Amino acid sequence: MSVVDVLSVVSILWGTFFFVAGTVGLLRFPDTYTRLHALTKADNLGLGLVVIGLLPQVGHVLVALKLIVVWLLVLLASSDVSQLIARAVGRQEGGR
Amino acid sequence: MIFWVSVGIGMLLLALALWTIVVKDTFAAVAAFIPYGLLLTLAWLILAAVDVALTEAAIGAGLTGALLINAASRLERAESSAKPRAPGIAMRVAAAMASLAVTVLIALCVLRLPDEAPMLAPEVGMHIGSLGVGNPITAVLLSFRALDTLLEAIVLLIGLIGVWSLASDSCWGGRPGQMQVVSSNDILVYLARVLPPVGVVVGIYILWVGADHPGGKFQGATVIAAMWLLTIMSGLRDAPMVSQRWLRAMLVAGPSMFIAAGVLGTLMADAFLAFPTGSEKLWIIVIEVALLPSLAVTLVLLLLGPPQRKDVQT
Repeated sequence: MSVVDVLSVVSILWGTFFFVAGTVGLLRFPDTYTRLHALTKADNLGLGLVVIGLLPQVGHVLVALKLIVVWLLVLLASSDVSQLIARAVGRQEGGR
Repeated sequence: MIFWVSVGIGMLLLALALWTIVVKDTFAAVAAFIPYGLLLTLAWLILAAVDVALTEAAIGAGLTGALLINAASRLERAESSAKPRAPGIAMRVAAAMASLAVTVLIALCVLRLPDEAPMLAPEVGMHIGSLGVGNPITAVLLSFRALDTLLEAIVLLIGLIGVWSLASDSCWGGRPGQMQVVSSNDILVYLARVLPPVGVVVGIYILWVGADHPGGKFQGATVIAAMWLLTIMSGLRDAPMVSQRWLRAMLVAGPSMFIAAGVLGTLMADAFLAFPTGSEKLWIIVIEVALLPSLAVTLVLLLLGPPQRKDVQT
């Protein structure tokens, strides 16, 4: 196993850690806002670290770029959707 | 390792399937149906059926999920007013017997399958070389079984006519769905401005790689349809009047192009939907490109539902 492989494994393990942590948060946190906060860790950091870990392994620049684009699209979608969910909850609670 | 992942996904699939049936709340059932579709996508990926996985993710989970959410929110009022009547014991026994009979029948059919399942994959492998496309799924869908694909596209169109015919007389030919009122500072508006350029490129890319890799017109059309829906939902552009000429022309353009190609095939290659030797790939691409916009428009209009309002006369 080369140095690059070790870095990949470490990065992907860190990524899965954030996914697990985000899932635990989703299950255990008391209200929608904190649950959203937990979920964003899985999307942003978890997926980001997994993508970084995979980058040296894919062997082609185009595939690597596609992985990065996937991550960026997930970032865009998840941040927007969590804001939509938070607003809907805020409206339901009659806040603001 | 992959074995245990498969077992886990299989068990989750069964649990979610059970949940969608057992749960009382319609909305909760729909909410479980969507992850069910996404897990099914993973299952297809493990089986190395990437084309099916893509279709399941785009149409099974995404599009059908959105359709069901629409249906659930429409049913909400009717459901709360309908008095649930508990079925009598005879009814319950009859339902249980019927379900049991169907289960036994299916189990018998599966168990009686020959051990070496009959398959046509070697045949496809033998003849794909003559077409010039690299993806065997595309070869099957657009050449070997092109008739199925043609009928599929037409069935979608007929489904849309069915949806439209639910419109009331006063709204006939009007705009489908409710008017969307979204504040211009809403994050949805931002998303509807940023995402569509990316989504349209992705949709066309999925269509284009479909010739040699997993992908194709249906998956590409779903992505493009989602982008249009996003601009409609965010209130940036209103839904089109369904009586508009260009809209109807777009709806029928793909299928009629397909039929025209089929008829040309009878003249040039002796059979309906047979393509002249040497230029098969060109024909396949022309049909796919013609079908993409028609499918996208059909999917958008299916999701928007029947026309519900006419423009105010000024």
